[in-house]
Amino acid sequence: MGHGGGGTLSAELVEHLFAPAFGSDVLAELGDSAHLLLGGARLAFSTDSFVVRPLFFPGGSIGDLAVNGTVNDLAMAGAVPAYLSCGFILEEGVELSVVGRVAEALGEAARTAGVVVATGDTKVVDAGHGDGIFINTAGIGLIPDGVDIRPQRAAPGDVVLVSGPIGVHGVAIMSVREGLEFGVEIQSDTASLAGLVADMLAVCPDLHVLRDPTRGGLATSLNEIATAARVGITLDERSLPVPETVANACAFLGLDPLYVANEGKLVAFVAAEHADAVLAAMRAHPLGKESVAIGHCVPDHPGMVVAATGLGGTRVVDMPLGEQLPRIC
Amino acid sequence: MKYLDEFSDPVLAKRLFDDIRAVTTRPWSLMEVCGGQTHSIIRHGIDQLLPEEIELIHGPGCPVCVTPLEIIDKALEIASRPDVIFCSFGDMLRVPGSGRDLFKVKSEGADVRVVYSPLDALRIAQENPDRQVVFFGIGFETTAPPNAMTVYQAKKLGIPNFSLLVSHVKVPPAIDAIMNSPDCRVQAFLAAGHVCTVMGMGEYPELAERHRVPIVVTGFEPLDILEGIRRAVRQLEAGQHTVENAYPRAVQAEGSPAARAMLSDVFEVTDRAWRGIGVIPRSGWRLSPKYREFDAEHRFSVTGIETQESTVCRSGEVLQGLIKPHECAAFGKECTPRNPLGATMVSSEGACAAYYLYRRLGTPDKEASSVG
Repeated sequence: MGHGGGGTLSAELVEHLFAPAFGSDVLAELGDSAHLLLGGARLAFSTDSFVVRPLFFPGGSIGDLAVNGTVNDLAMAGAVPAYLSCGFILEEGVELSVVGRVAEALGEAARTAGVVVATGDTKVVDAGHGDGIFINTAGIGLIPDGVDIRPQRAAPGDVVLVSGPIGVHGVAIMSVREGLEFGVEIQSDTASLAGLVADMLAVCPDLHVLRDPTRGGLATSLNEIATAARVGITLDERSLPVPETVANACAFLGLDPLYVANEGKLVAFVAAEHADAVLAAMRAHPLGKESVAIGHCVPDHPGMVVAATGLGGTRVVDMPLGEQLPRIC
Repeated sequence: MKYLDEFSDPVLAKRLFDDIRAVTTRPWSLMEVCGGQTHSIIRHGIDQLLPEEIELIHGPGCPVCVTPLEIIDKALEIASRPDVIFCSFGDMLRVPGSGRDLFKVKSEGADVRVVYSPLDALRIAQENPDRQVVFFGIGFETTAPPNAMTVYQAKKLGIPNFSLLVSHVKVPPAIDAIMNSPDCRVQAFLAAGHVCTVMGMGEYPELAERHRVPIVVTGFEPLDILEGIRRAVRQLEAGQHTVENAYPRAVQAEGSPAARAMLSDVFEVTDRAWRGIGVIPRSGWRLSPKYREFDAEHRFSVTGIETQESTVCRSGEVLQGLIKPHECAAFGKECTPRNPLGATMVSSEGACAAYYLYRRLGTPDKEASSVG
């Protein structure tokens, strides 16, 4: 299961097994979406599969996730998402009313995100060979002229911005999946980020890197960017936007909020001279009201993320191996 | 964020660092007993900010780390049985036995489940009356009471398909064993606050007196740890060796009488092996005869276990405070969280894991051979 957790094991599976087998130059970039040149147009193309349990959770459902996940992968390339495909894998015995609710949620999320579900597929597997409903979506969108957003563009001096509180989705899922109650209901932050990205590009077309830190959390995304660009990243731990509910849940379970999944958040790397303008644009958008700067790129410790602790020390923020495990006490 | 932000306030922390610096006149070696304290010290960089005269030695208080290899191998054997649902806290799943771990057994088809409470395992037993449900009951005085309570409930409710694989250990005998070692460098202890929340402080005055060592009951947040260090250094500088409670918001002198009563009903004290250290007399618990029917070792009669410990791993010395993690030649090379040779590298509270996660300067991991 660790190979599906979005950490080091996931990355190795892709880099050492899938990418060499497929032998594609486009795939070798290993971004959240592929950058394609087609008929003179610059396209972003992405696919994602959704196996979340339970199917419905506070703040969303597998249907919302299936749209927002792929739309956000496109948006992280600066693309304007246009069309989605949607493949349902249904487990024999799942109630049609449940499938209907998921489909409704998916359609509503697509309309909200401004994308069209253009094609689809349905398969049914034997009872016991699925988890109710699995969904795969693929999406395509147009990258505006002048926009070049890639992890490799992170550069020393860049300011690292995050669009709001972290760890919310992961804790929301844990609260229902594991039957944990944290006193206050925590809603998933699943949302389409395409509008937020458009507002950011409007004030600064030269955004260097965008990434939505989903599985593996913010720490994983930052490590991937540090590795891709061979830069160091320094975080100010006290500036990290960790909501009280998330902090308490993580303290209880022995988890680090930096590694907990998000769904409706993005992290942006921006040249220092544009940082204030981009931050202001983010804060003006409903999904970026609580945006903050959390650190910057440095020439030191290339490929590594280091946090300045609240007390004045430092610590390495490593790539997680697989999923975090709750501790014994 | 009370109890989290309040106890990591940088202004108050600076004041405590200044106090420690002002009172320190010569080198002192302090051992934080608990792995949770070690984790907090390294994660917040406390050791980097202390005066250089103060050395923090990391103690044996990581429940995952000290669980003996034989018990891990027994767990793997029991979990492999097709009629068993094996339940455990998450951080036990990556702990290496002799050649494999619970994740590996799970990937081979065993029904291994992560639970957040032993009572979850009891519920699973009620829901699966045709299966044997085993909970892996490891840990110190902190995890022992809920595990005892679960066995008590199983007996009371008459749930015949539940059992506990027990490997509970006690902190004070470990402190005694460390002080009796001829190589011991420890001059004061930061005792584990949550252990004292359960057991109280009654076992410590005799230890402090006999070994002439200050013992300060200490919490886990940065300011708790700094206050514990401050008090320990003050005692050392003054030539004192008393027991102090620096964690009064959680610890009462008598502990929790209800929890202690549950422990003494369900468990009895026994000699226990500690991984990397060896057998420490009267340092653990096993189920008392009254509850023997719920003992997984008894129920499954797992015998013929032959353990095979790594020959290069020095986690035993790390656990006793004799070396720092990076002083082991395998640290960050043959031994990483991906390929842990010892439990101290795999546990979230292990000293080696804390050094690797927060201090390492980069060591490439090796490739895996199957999807896990």
